[in-house]
Amino acid sequence: MIVTIASGKGGTGKTTIAANLALLISNAQLLDCDVEEPNAHFFLKPEIKTSRKVFVRVPVIDESKCTFCGRCQKLCAFHALAVLPSKVLLFPELCHSCGVCSHFCPEHAISEEDREIGFVEIGSRGQLQFIRGLLNVGESMAPPLIREVKSYLNPTRTNIIDAPPGTACSMVESVRGSDYCLLVTEPTPFGLNDLKLATKVITEMKIPAGVVINRCDLGTEDVRKFCEQESIPVLMEIPFRREIAAAYAQGDLLLEKMPEYRPSFKKLWERIENFAAEGAA
Amino acid sequence: MKQIVTISGKGGTGKTILTAAFSAIAKNHVMADCDVDAADLHLLLSPDIKERHLFQSGLMPKLDRERCSECRQCVDHCRFHAIRDDLSLDPLACEGCRFCEYVCPMQAISMEKKNTGEWYLSETRFGPLIHARLGAGEENSGKLVSLVRKEAKETALKQGADWVLIDGSPGIGCPVIASLSDVDYAVVVIEPSLSGLHDAGRVIEVAKHFGVKSLVVINKYDLHQGLTTEIERFCGNRKIPVLGKIPFDKAVVEMMGQAKTIMETGKSEAKTAIIEIWNRLGKMIHSSGIKQSNANA
Repeated sequence: MIVTIASGKGGTGKTTIAANLALLISNAQLLDCDVEEPNAHFFLKPEIKTSRKVFVRVPVIDESKCTFCGRCQKLCAFHALAVLPSKVLLFPELCHSCGVCSHFCPEHAISEEDREIGFVEIGSRGQLQFIRGLLNVGESMAPPLIREVKSYLNPTRTNIIDAPPGTACSMVESVRGSDYCLLVTEPTPFGLNDLKLATKVITEMKIPAGVVINRCDLGTEDVRKFCEQESIPVLMEIPFRREIAAAYAQGDLLLEKMPEYRPSFKKLWERIENFAAEGAA
Repeated sequence: MKQIVTISGKGGTGKTILTAAFSAIAKNHVMADCDVDAADLHLLLSPDIKERHLFQSGLMPKLDRERCSECRQCVDHCRFHAIRDDLSLDPLACEGCRFCEYVCPMQAISMEKKNTGEWYLSETRFGPLIHARLGAGEENSGKLVSLVRKEAKETALKQGADWVLIDGSPGIGCPVIASLSDVDYAVVVIEPSLSGLHDAGRVIEVAKHFGVKSLVVINKYDLHQGLTTEIERFCGNRKIPVLGKIPFDKAVVEMMGQAKTIMETGKSEAKTAIIEIWNRLGKMIHSSGIKQSNANA
């Protein structure tokens, strides 16, 4: 099973929920797909066993074969190539690694080589498997790295994905293929606005979803009303407590620091399992 | 004219609250919301939309089933697995590279422009706002950010504005990189947590990589005094100026509920702190030679 923890708005508590759930359930695996700013390791403190660089394919032009005909520039949908009278310029950060230029070069002058964009780390904490991706500073495209992290999805385990905030391509790449999506929000106008956007994406993707309202006592009733109107179940509410904020700040897991929250996380997981089963039926 | 972008690395640290507060203090300025896939600034500024424009970016293939010979070359060559077994398109997987169109021997595939969002020029009680909405799950957020930036700059030049105040997005990827280009300073909002510091550290590196100087604001600093001290030490070691510290203040959420900035409340600790931060920012920029608008409590 694959359960993704997402949100439109950032800083609502995705990682808190993902890390504590992963710790609670047996035979689990956490994949941190927020490759721009991964944080789950602060809480789970896994022992990292392997680290692997991640590459994308970019074209290399053999200028001894190139006739500077300009076909590659013309065909590239991303403007990643510029052909001058006696030189071809490549803008690697614009390249989507689609393979069009090398396939259609009439002189077979284009091959492809690896370009590093970040790395993936694999480790564990006791029974829990842990995978995260980290995008190199200055790189703009996260989706290829997210796909690499997701290549470690394990069908024999319960996979918990910690997704990046927002509703753009990185979020969609993380959520794709999930059996269930948990949207974490807060009951403020920002929380509501971004929840609406995220709900729209998840609905289009036909993935069953539920909501967790964090800092549920700081704001209004509007998020609850929206969930009721849209028939999205609210699976858990967490109040604002300075102790929770402090535990989060220093990387403590709620289940360890405040065991009184264990029953509500257990209940949250039972409800996710039930709704995911309903969604699959 | 000076362009200031608010970023944070980690989401939810208070970028929009701070940008909105700056907008309420600053005189003669234009605002730009560059968090195009989860824009919130408009919720505090109640914009009156004057112009609405379509944002078209990227291409999407369309298959003519009449012409198609089902040779499946398109399926085989697509590296994004965007064409399903039944030859239907998975629009969320498609990156618009046109390989399918080029490789089709029957010329059965044509490309259509995608409407990937909208952008708006609005008037608010604090001045003009350029904002946008990216279609759900769309790519090209960086391009839309660049467009918003360009329009904001043009508007600012036209009205002879002193400031362009830009609300950035979380992360370090394409929209953030696009929001950093050509700005004078990045104001990095950090909350006192290990995640907040780690993520801010990465975005400060990105800013540096693109030659932009960072200035730090610590938000909700009293939620963890120890980490606030650590952030101050981190900034001290790297010679990054700390503009100020904002305490956790429930008035922020209360004002948000009324679609107002924190500057529009009576007395509040957060408000007082933000005024100091703005004045310090003004002084810093003044020393590099621009007329500033001073704020009074």
